[in-house]
Amino acid sequence: MVDKKQDDLDYETTGHAWDGIREYNKPLPKWWLYTFYVTIVWGIGYSIAYPAWPGIKEATPGLLGYSTRGEVAAEIAKVDQANAAINEKLASAELTAIAADPELGSYAQNAGGAVFRTWCAQCHGSGAAGAKGYPNLLDDDWLWGGSIEAIHESVSYGIRNETNDDARFSEMPAFGRDELLSEEEVAQVTNFVMTLSGETPQDAALVEAGAVVYEDNCAACHAEDGTGDRYQGAPNLTDAIWLFGGSYADIRETVWNSRYGVMPSWTERLSEAEIRAVATYVHGLGGGEASE
Amino acid sequence: MSDSNAPSLYASREPIYPRRVSGKFRNLKWVIMIVTLGIYYLTPWIRWDRGPQLPDQAVLIDLAHRRFFFFWIEIWPHEFYFVAGLLIMAGLGLFLFTSALGRVWCGYACPQTVWTDLYILVERWIEGDRNARLRLHRQKKLDFRKARLRVTKWVSWFLIGLATGGAWVFYFADAPTLLTDLVTGQAHPVAYTTMLLLTATTFFFGGFAREQICIYACPWPRIQAAMMDEDTLTVGYRDWRGEPRGKMKKKTDDSAPQGDCIDCMACVNVCPMGIDIREGQQMECITCALCIDACDDVMDKIGKPRGLIDYLAQSDEANERAGQDPRPVWKHIFRPRTIMYTSLWSAVGIGLVFALFIRPEIEMTVAPVRNPTFVTLSDGSIRNTYDVRLLNKHGEDRPYRITLVGDGALRVQLEGTPYETVDVPANETRLQKVYVIAPRHSDPAEAERTPFRFWVEDLTTGDRAHTDTIFNGRAN
Repeated sequence: MVDKKQDDLDYETTGHAWDGIREYNKPLPKWWLYTFYVTIVWGIGYSIAYPAWPGIKEATPGLLGYSTRGEVAAEIAKVDQANAAINEKLASAELTAIAADPELGSYAQNAGGAVFRTWCAQCHGSGAAGAKGYPNLLDDDWLWGGSIEAIHESVSYGIRNETNDDARFSEMPAFGRDELLSEEEVAQVTNFVMTLSGETPQDAALVEAGAVVYEDNCAACHAEDGTGDRYQGAPNLTDAIWLFGGSYADIRETVWNSRYGVMPSWTERLSEAEIRAVATYVHGLGGGEASE
Repeated sequence: MSDSNAPSLYASREPIYPRRVSGKFRNLKWVIMIVTLGIYYLTPWIRWDRGPQLPDQAVLIDLAHRRFFFFWIEIWPHEFYFVAGLLIMAGLGLFLFTSALGRVWCGYACPQTVWTDLYILVERWIEGDRNARLRLHRQKKLDFRKARLRVTKWVSWFLIGLATGGAWVFYFADAPTLLTDLVTGQAHPVAYTTMLLLTATTFFFGGFAREQICIYACPWPRIQAAMMDEDTLTVGYRDWRGEPRGKMKKKTDDSAPQGDCIDCMACVNVCPMGIDIREGQQMECITCALCIDACDDVMDKIGKPRGLIDYLAQSDEANERAGQDPRPVWKHIFRPRTIMYTSLWSAVGIGLVFALFIRPEIEMTVAPVRNPTFVTLSDGSIRNTYDVRLLNKHGEDRPYRITLVGDGALRVQLEGTPYETVDVPANETRLQKVYVIAPRHSDPAEAERTPFRFWVEDLTTGDRAHTDTIFNGRAN
């Protein structure tokens, strides 16, 4: 039984009393209540218009046909459309003129970075520093050339892959495994190769004999002075950079079993504009060379 | 539980029709209204010549280019601490005023109060003073006169709301251009949406919600209670002087004691919050002081001293009940709390002004590339890469030269150019990749970390800036 009373100061109370403490009647404004009802109605309407109620397989689709995936797809399509003109320009521009053009160069750098992080970073690293067997793209040493054209070709067709006939190809013999050289000769030539880049050989006594082995077996590709040959992707042996390691054991392993680094071709998967963009990006990483 | 006696848990809003009042506080409120509304509506139209390529609007928040222009001051995103500082000052200022004068912000300067005041003024012009408005409100029948008055009022309110929402968007774009675009229907949808939203909120908050916003929606009044103390001056009723209240009687039949309050309800009738100040300080009171004006007017007429309703501090009550004089106003205002707030406020202000004057004209930020930390080049030398951002705040392109000071073996090389100079476009930040190379076997190449300093020089003005950073060698 509620007893509506007035307190001593003539305020209306709710009639509730606990241990002599009475509660003032301070009712909630009605508009607040109605606002609450409106939110309920809105919520129902919203759950009809948009995907909301979970089912066994998927949620109710909503009358508006909205989906976050669709929104992303629309955003991507919008960006693609906005970039269509500059992509076309990029695909048809002179390779050497891309970086020099402020608009095209800046676009290629950024788009190329995105392509690189999506497709190339798995092997070459997100910072392009590479790893053992995967070339470091930041330095100034290039197996197949560091001009924008050479990089463009490497990206387009890849290296030693079996999917693209235009892939760059060369193969170093496995001198030890295939018994082209004896164990003694391999040790000799390994020691000699170490001296080419100024490293201290493991056994200096073998160097002289190694020079003869080198001349007979290696110089055809790696050149007499050891500077390599980019037409065959034969590495420069005189510099400080070793793709598969520069220790005695690493070099001996290379001579004995050979190496066979493979890179996929990208013409099948990337557009010409994307390939040009990533080539521009790689060329701008710090080791890019001028075109001949 | 379905007891017919049970009080309703919900209450309808009783419309409040404040009576017209005049007096010193009302005049002060008119002045504040004119000044604040004037600033709000007119500021976007002030022009300020900054030279070519820069906007000529004195106050502009340029979201697209991430700049804030305020007369001669230009704030870039990385200088956002100025805005943070201003917000801190605004906060401290509110603390100061609240601890000294209670809800003075609510009563005089809050947009909700100012626009409500304006809407009430328009309402009075159209529908007449309190009694006329009450009559119109109680008139059930919708005749032509009532319809005409209501429509006129709502249209006027709507136009004020439209001007309010309209003025807001002018702060974010060139005002004359945007006005043309708005009128011709070419403005960005965001501009229209913002305008519509602010028009609607102004219309409903100022026209219909009014005191409901202050009582139920606004958190600030609840926070303010924590800043008030017994010395805070708020609007109060001297009940020891006014009570017992009653109709004024002739001197002759003065048998019972009689207070100064003649229960004329003037203070209640002028109150925009619809409360009776004689019940003491209460949650709804925004201390707009209109009841003081109303009561002083009545006291003058009946020949009693003013100040039955007055700005009072709690600590005065005991004094006055004991028949002593209240403490002077300045003693209420100058006390450790307010002095501390003032000092803090000034310290932040002085700090900001100081920071404003020592802002450099050119700036450089250096982010060393850590992926990888260094690169070995074919000749065995060690190279580090740095992403250097160069900022040109001038209105024209400037050549910047980048050099370093540190170990003699280190040398700088810029990506994409054989020179050590780059052009930084006007009003832009340029990202330049910078290489630092240490020859094979040199100290920095072999060491783990070698500190050095980048210098950038504006070749036109000779302004210089520097940043210290680290060169990572093979020992990493």
